[in-house]
Order: sequence, then structure tokens, then C-alpha cells
Amino acid sequence: MSRTVEETNRRMLRARDAMDRSYAQPLDILALARIACVSEAHFIRTFRATFGETPHRYLQRRRVERSMFLLRETDRTVTDICFDVGFRSLGTYSRTFHEIMGETPTAYRKRVTVKGVPTCFAMAWTRPSSFGEAEND
Amino acid sequence: MLTSINLSGVFVLDQDRALDFYVGTLGLEVSNDIDLGFMRWLTVRVPGEPGRQILLEKPGPPGMDEASGEQVRELVTKGATGFTVGFTTDDCRKTYETLLARGVEFTQEPTEQSYGIDMGIRDPFGNHIRIVQLAQAPQQVPASASPA
Repeated sequence: MSRTVEETNRRMLRARDAMDRSYAQPLDILALARIACVSEAHFIRTFRATFGETPHRYLQRRRVERSMFLLRETDRTVTDICFDVGFRSLGTYSRTFHEIMGETPTAYRKRVTVKGVPTCFAMAWTRPSSFGEAEND
Repeated sequence: MLTSINLSGVFVLDQDRALDFYVGTLGLEVSNDIDLGFMRWLTVRVPGEPGRQILLEKPGPPGMDEASGEQVRELVTKGATGFTVGFTTDDCRKTYETLLARGVEFTQEPTEQSYGIDMGIRDPFGNHIRIVQLAQAPQQVPASASPA
């Protein structure tokens, strides 16, 4: 990888993969910036330039997406699911979910079914994003 | 009409590094490595699966102009080229331990699915690869049914 942009992209991708892999852990921006080998401010700016949204937003929406998966596919309580996907409080989870999806987790659970597809595709295509489902954000 | 898939392609940024990874780390074997002059025709395969090869292709001139090659490289390194290739394994968790010890980057650790146990890895360039240990019997998902 000769060009600087390629090196940078690859490092940003490494940090994004860490979010996809470890969303249930208490990840913070400092830890992610370390994975990308840059300062926090540089990380946030570069991640956004690379992927079109901030790392905080990416992680928040990965957690919401994984919670949507658990709401659809399991009988676990909303509170359990909130902590399963890495949120630290039910209030934050409920507010974030509603802001992004326009409905409560319970309403979503009652409304939605998704056909069985390999999880990597469900994760890539059903994560609510500024350029997708949550387009008004 | 069509009878099988014998060749599929992956864009790699450096063919020597690709060989190190796909053969040295993942345990595939070289099928063809031929200097055609205008390109290095480099294919790999799962040992014992001669009928199905993966072409490790380097984007850029003379196959495409320099600017297009750069765009492809940028997309590969940011993981924007989507799904690359899927492999099967007899033992997903054991393969995970082996690949982890070899320094492979994971996008997802072994996870139980309705269709088996699968995991995701990156090649050194950013391509996304899936590895699945399929459930014993193939499972049909009825078109109108919700997931189990």
C-alpha cells in the first residue's frame, strides 16, 4: 500500500472493525484512536471523512442495529438487550433508539420481522445510518 | 447453460503480500502463478478443490488507467468493496484460534447462526472474507416465515 490515503483508510477500517466486533464492550474514542494510531481529534475527523459519519455515531448505530437483531430474534427483555449491546443505561438506550428509529424498542419488536440472511449482510444493510434508513438525521 | 463456478476474483494491492496471506496464513495453495508479461496471473485454491480458483488481481495499468486503479485501491482499503469470498470449515472455533495466533484481523468472532457457526476476517488490504462451519443439515427458510 503505497499511498498515504490507503494506509489511512486501512487504519480507519481497523478501528471500525473493532466497533463491529466489540460493540458490547465499553469502547471509547481514545481506545479506537489508538487502534488507528492517531490522536482522538484526528481520528474523529479522519473517520468522518472516510466513512461519512463520526465514530461515535457509527458505534451508536451499530449498537442499535444489534439491539434490533436481538429484539427480532430473541425473547430477552428490552433491559437485558440494552446492556447486551453495550449501552450503559436503559434511558440512554431508549432515547437513542427512539431518536434514530422514530419508535420505541418495544414497538419495533412488535412490528418487524426480517427474513433469515447471513448475519454479516444483516449487519451491513440494516444498521440505521445517515445515508440509509435514518435519512432525516 | 452454466454448470459451475470455476474462477472468481479479488482485488489485491500487492500480489506477493497476497500470497503470504492467502497461502501462508489461510492455508490455500497456489493454482497458477504465471508471468504473462502484461500481468501476473495468480490464482489460489483450497487444497483438494482444483475446480474452483480465486484470481488475486492487482488493479491498475495496463488493465485500467492509473486514476481508476487508485480509486479501486481506496475502496478496497476502506472496506467498501463488499463481500469478497466465503469459505467453509469443519471447525470454526478451532480455525479461529489458529488464525488468531497467526495475526489475522477479525470483523466478527465465531457466532452461532441458524445456518451454522461463522466468523469474518479481513485480508491485509481490506477485503472482507467469511468463514462458516455449516450446520449439519441444510436449513430452508420459508419465504414467508420470520427467523427462528
